[in-house]
Amino acid sequence: MSSADAADVFHLDGHDVPFTTGETVLAATSRAGRYIPHLCWHPDFAPHGSCRVCTVRVGARLVPACTLPAATGLVVESDTAELRHLRLRLLQLLFVEGNHFCPSCEKSGDCQLQATAYAVDMTGPHFEEFYPARPVDASHPDILLDLNRCILCSLCVRASREVDGKSVFALGGHGIDTHLLIDSPSGRLVDTDFAPTDRAASICPVGVILPKRRGFAVPIGERRFDQQPISAAEEGDP
Amino acid sequence: MPATSPISRCDPQAVIIRHGSDPHALVQILRELQAELGWLPREALTRVATALGLTLAEVEGVAGFYRFLHLRPVGRYRVLFSDNITDRMLGSEALLQALCRQLGVVPGAIVGDDPLVSVDRCSCTGLCDQGPALLVNHHQVVTRLDATRVAQMAELIRTRVPVPAWPAEWSLVEDRIERADVLLASPPAQGAALAAAIARGPQGLLVEIERSGLRGRGGAGFGTGRKWALCRKAAGTGRVVVCNADEGEPGTFKDRVLLSRHADAVFEGMTLAAFAIGARTGFVYLRGEYRFLLEQLEAVLQQRRAAGLLGSSICGVAGFDFDIVIHLGAGAYVCGEESSLLESLEGKRGNPRVRPPYPTESGYLGQPTIVNNVETFCAVTAITLRGAAWWAAIGTAQSSGTRIHSVSGDCARPGLYEYPFGTSIRRILEDCGAADTQAVQVGGPSGVCVAVNEFDRSIAFEDVPSAGAFMVFDRQRDMFEVARSFTHFFAHESCGFCTPCRVGTALLVRRMDKLAAGHGSPHDLDALFEIDRLLRGSSHCGLGATAGNPLRETFNRFRPAYERRLRSLHLIPGFDLDAEVSIARQVTGRDDPAAHLEQQG
Repeated sequence: MSSADAADVFHLDGHDVPFTTGETVLAATSRAGRYIPHLCWHPDFAPHGSCRVCTVRVGARLVPACTLPAATGLVVESDTAELRHLRLRLLQLLFVEGNHFCPSCEKSGDCQLQATAYAVDMTGPHFEEFYPARPVDASHPDILLDLNRCILCSLCVRASREVDGKSVFALGGHGIDTHLLIDSPSGRLVDTDFAPTDRAASICPVGVILPKRRGFAVPIGERRFDQQPISAAEEGDP
Repeated sequence: MPATSPISRCDPQAVIIRHGSDPHALVQILRELQAELGWLPREALTRVATALGLTLAEVEGVAGFYRFLHLRPVGRYRVLFSDNITDRMLGSEALLQALCRQLGVVPGAIVGDDPLVSVDRCSCTGLCDQGPALLVNHHQVVTRLDATRVAQMAELIRTRVPVPAWPAEWSLVEDRIERADVLLASPPAQGAALAAAIARGPQGLLVEIERSGLRGRGGAGFGTGRKWALCRKAAGTGRVVVCNADEGEPGTFKDRVLLSRHADAVFEGMTLAAFAIGARTGFVYLRGEYRFLLEQLEAVLQQRRAAGLLGSSICGVAGFDFDIVIHLGAGAYVCGEESSLLESLEGKRGNPRVRPPYPTESGYLGQPTIVNNVETFCAVTAITLRGAAWWAAIGTAQSSGTRIHSVSGDCARPGLYEYPFGTSIRRILEDCGAADTQAVQVGGPSGVCVAVNEFDRSIAFEDVPSAGAFMVFDRQRDMFEVARSFTHFFAHESCGFCTPCRVGTALLVRRMDKLAAGHGSPHDLDALFEIDRLLRGSSHCGLGATAGNPLRETFNRFRPAYERRLRSLHLIPGFDLDAEVSIARQVTGRDDPAAHLEQQG
């Protein structure tokens, strides 16, 4: 083990990870070029802590790394059999909750959900599928919203509110019926001021928010996570 | 179609202005609007959003979060049967079906734009000692339901008699105090504890509460004095005292009685807390199901203001300014969790917050805040008056004082029983007239299930902790059905924020229903326990972490109740294969034996 006593280092699976005051374990880990699987976290936004995929072990506690404040000498376990299995099951919960048909999805290969599933060796859904009836909103001239794929990470909610200053999205409902809301009298995207240049238009980690009239411009097999696994890819918008 | 748009029947502006156009009052505004409109049309949401400077989607998101707020038309008579297991044991399901039959409606279904009546189920209404109970229009309650009452109710609804004109005795809520100890026996004289506190000073009061060893009565058992000291020391201006009266844990109704009988002691306890930590603002978060208590609680507050016990310069002490506002919930169990409660108080969806920071550092609108249970505040008042040593001498070393139990289920005398901590479960069972008892669910669905061989264990933080519910089940009861009912409860109340709870509780329900339908196999039991582990390991808050408790608690003690539901030792599909090919039989016009699949079992 390393000299461990520097004032601004915690330990992740035996590696020293430097951090700055106020940083979370996931933010510092990501900045150090190490990978803890995650979906609802994005380096440009405050942590949300809802997907739970970044759950790590600190002593007797399991906690999400995205909301865990880094502290000197903290011993964090992430790449263990226990946590790999936990993440696999959480990913499977997300897959069965929505309708995810990777082979026909435009986001395949660029999708963080899919890439993270590969990273945790997911080979099937394990749980029974819910097959929910979810609408597709094709009302906007330039953007397609396919809510079948929504994992409720709220990144679009945050991006539209905090970066675009529009608050086009919000979360509605409760429990298993939680869903994305569109801020317009009709509830449709066409009646908002949403634009393809909005940050929220490019932040979706899955294939909910897609540009229209652009399909398979990059062939399957040559896409972002086809080139390298998500654990080695740069953080940022897909 | 209704003759007029519902919005024309009311002026949202008046409700909004009454709340100072404050976006933090959003839940209150929506509740009051709905009380007038019956439901919340989009037009009303738009007006509220504009007036409060919120987006329509934000307002819609908040309204859609709460079970008692409706974004679609519901019946002008909205009847909700309390669906706790104790209501079911008293026959609530048959009564619900009878009412639906007589009114020609289907439970949970809404037909048309302005239906006369809709009937559905809701989580426990806190009337388990006088059930089956129901809630009408999220306001009035009807207790002690029976076939006669249901038949008369159907007639009153058909003839459109307004609910306030229904027989008054139907809404009679009894305060059944079967065993009183120090808290329930004699409420202290109004203002007496405040006088004692002023004599001691804030620091002296804080020391007294810490020395008493009082631990929070909401369930977690955090030291009350310690919580107050943390809040007092926290940086930042403003301090807030919140009374958690969101008594949502099924089977719990002690706070309802305390608020009804001892409101003065509760409010005095809150005022004492304000004195100790230097707070000027107080809230009571009253669960929506207890709406019927609102007027009498407001009257007590008004009376205390008139007596100089609330408001400015309380008891003539310059600078001791504190007042209390009652905030009504709108049907969300998760808001009993203190950080969800604070979100709801701020007019938002009641999702639990990420902690740290804890409410004592950053609570209501970022101000250091203490959240304590109704019973805790009553205890504070008693301790302030009679001293820490007196309180600490009651109960056990680690659990000082008394605990009030809401006793319901299979016993002769349901109601409230107050005992010193350390009292055995057997003693409580004897006192409430329980016979042939098979199990007791202590502390509600998120608590523990205790079987016969454990009845000599005692109620205390160090042995069997309790959040106040004590549901008794005799040998006739099916403990699998008890667990299934609780599992449905958690899925119904999941806020939907985190993946494991949102999806996991729904999966638990599916598996438990599969077992109940007779399609179970040992594989399903493994699957149930796997989901339970996932919930415990990765949920955002206590709701998800405890959602598998009923399963685990009952399975460990009443395994045969599960095993007799398993059809075989092999995997059984969750559906009837033969029934699935019935359409093929229809199409081919066959019904001979060869057109049927061989079924197991």
